[in-house]
Amino acid sequence: MRLSAKITILVAGLALSACTNANRFDNGAVDLNAATGQAGGIVPGSASDPSSPAYFQQTVGDRVLFAVDQSTLGPQAQATLDGQVQWLRTNVDYNAVIEGHADEQGTRAYNLALGARRANAVMEYLVSQGIPSNRLRFVSYGKERPIEICSEEACYAKNRRAVTIISAGLTS
Amino acid sequence: MKQFLASFLAVMVLALSAPMTALAQSGPLRIEITEGVVEPLPYAVPNFVAESAGAQELAQQIARVVAEDLTGTGLFREVPREAHISQITSFGSPVQFADWKAINAQALITGAVSQEGGRVVVKFRVWDVFAGTELGQGMQFAGTPEGWRRMAHKVADQVYSRITGESGYFDSRVVFVSESGPKDQRSKRLAVMDYDGANLQYLTGGNALVLAPRFSDDGQRVLYTSYETGLPRVHVLEVGTVQSRILQGQDGVMSFAPRFAPNGQTVVYSLTQGSNTDIWAMDIAGGGTRQLTSAPSIETAPSYSPDGSQIVFESDRSGTQQLYVMSANGGEARRISFGQGRYSTPVWSPRGDMIAFTKQNAGRFHIGVMRTDGSEERLLTASFLDEGPTWAPNGRVIMFARETQGAQGSSSLYTVDISGRNLKRVRTPEGASDPSWGPLQ
Repeated sequence: MRLSAKITILVAGLALSACTNANRFDNGAVDLNAATGQAGGIVPGSASDPSSPAYFQQTVGDRVLFAVDQSTLGPQAQATLDGQVQWLRTNVDYNAVIEGHADEQGTRAYNLALGARRANAVMEYLVSQGIPSNRLRFVSYGKERPIEICSEEACYAKNRRAVTIISAGLTS
Repeated sequence: MKQFLASFLAVMVLALSAPMTALAQSGPLRIEITEGVVEPLPYAVPNFVAESAGAQELAQQIARVVAEDLTGTGLFREVPREAHISQITSFGSPVQFADWKAINAQALITGAVSQEGGRVVVKFRVWDVFAGTELGQGMQFAGTPEGWRRMAHKVADQVYSRITGESGYFDSRVVFVSESGPKDQRSKRLAVMDYDGANLQYLTGGNALVLAPRFSDDGQRVLYTSYETGLPRVHVLEVGTVQSRILQGQDGVMSFAPRFAPNGQTVVYSLTQGSNTDIWAMDIAGGGTRQLTSAPSIETAPSYSPDGSQIVFESDRSGTQQLYVMSANGGEARRISFGQGRYSTPVWSPRGDMIAFTKQNAGRFHIGVMRTDGSEERLLTASFLDEGPTWAPNGRVIMFARETQGAQGSSSLYTVDISGRNLKRVRTPEGASDPSWGPLQ
């Protein structure tokens, strides 16, 4: 009896946090469910438009995650980056800034350098797959910009990330 | 502040009626600041005497700040005023030592304040109650009414120095990062305040992310890292005018973790090229740069020895963050940390004898100190996240930032003795991190 009550609370808690996450990720962009509901009628610039940054973010996948203190790209990360490569090859009018991040378990300066390692690992991978380096830049935020704020591995795992931000391409 | 400094008169020795006495060498009124100090020295500081109309309030406030400074060290204990038998009504009257002995006040501080127009004069004497003599000589300080806290700190520094034989640290300031908002939307501003949290002044707006300000040895300038251009870059700020500029160097490259050389002319910092972060030095006037490390690993958090000849820094060249010492010109580095865990953010003490650091081990963070060769490591604190030590100007106290755990977590500044005693939170109006303790003014 007591156990099932606990489970209910846990599930409710998860649903709630998932909800908060969605808001934080989407940044006010188009709701994924709404987009799938209107299949057929593609709204330019929305997440249903494959050439939109919103599509890149939500469907291609804009981020890869890292193990503690590591900047190595695992198979899953490489698969995500292969998708990014395809998208960047198709959408040549866009550039990208890769943001590297660390979790809070580290000192400030080291985490800045570690975030740079992670962002650079992504940048080097994209370049190795043929994306011109002049379309790419990177910056590290160290532990300054967590997206998850609990002090547990579940949150840390999501914070140890490199995020590819698509920007309008005005490369000289 | 400039105006205040300009009107701040030189310290003057009062030629009053009391005969000059030699400093107590080894009598009861002496604290040796060693690890052995456990029992604080009892002292009394009655309200200072108001020697002009309207100086009453200042006279009380100044005596209170003197007491807060002294008691705050953990080395002194104030005998409460309610216990006082004698009242000090005139600065020049003879002290009734028997009355102060009776309440076991070993030291007595008497003072007087006068205010005339925009000028405040504070004078004081320190008494060795049990010897029945004056400790040192009477002194006076003059300044503006707004500068009253500084005058109180100067009195306390004198008292501390006469009783411990070491210089004080009360008339000093701390530059730090003031934080507001939750962890995922945190806004950061540079701020400067007195060592005790008073007189806080913001130095930047909250628009650009700013990190890790560092005072120059003269307290006139601050180096810090700002994302104003989108990339973290080292900036330098003049404290007096609150004007800042980006340091020259390579555009489009991250630079951070700056620190001044003792001469104030050279800056060391980290520069990131590709995946590699190394330590560089820059001539601040000419802008010429020199690379000091060239390992493929992360080299960061450089800090000069007080004589400017060596640099301690952290590197993960061995696989985890450890502390290394090299010549200020770069070259071969010697590893000095060998204990369990990871070591980072080393800072050379102003006395030159120790290095303070952050240590991570078994899921906990510590602030610690070690000799400059890595021996005699001592951990002073332990918590979920302690980080970034900075030394008091006399090398006896360390300030650092402590962040609490969880979604509601926030950062505050703390001080702790290098003995590990007297852990105290520093009053700040918002969250605070990355402290850098400036010189004794």
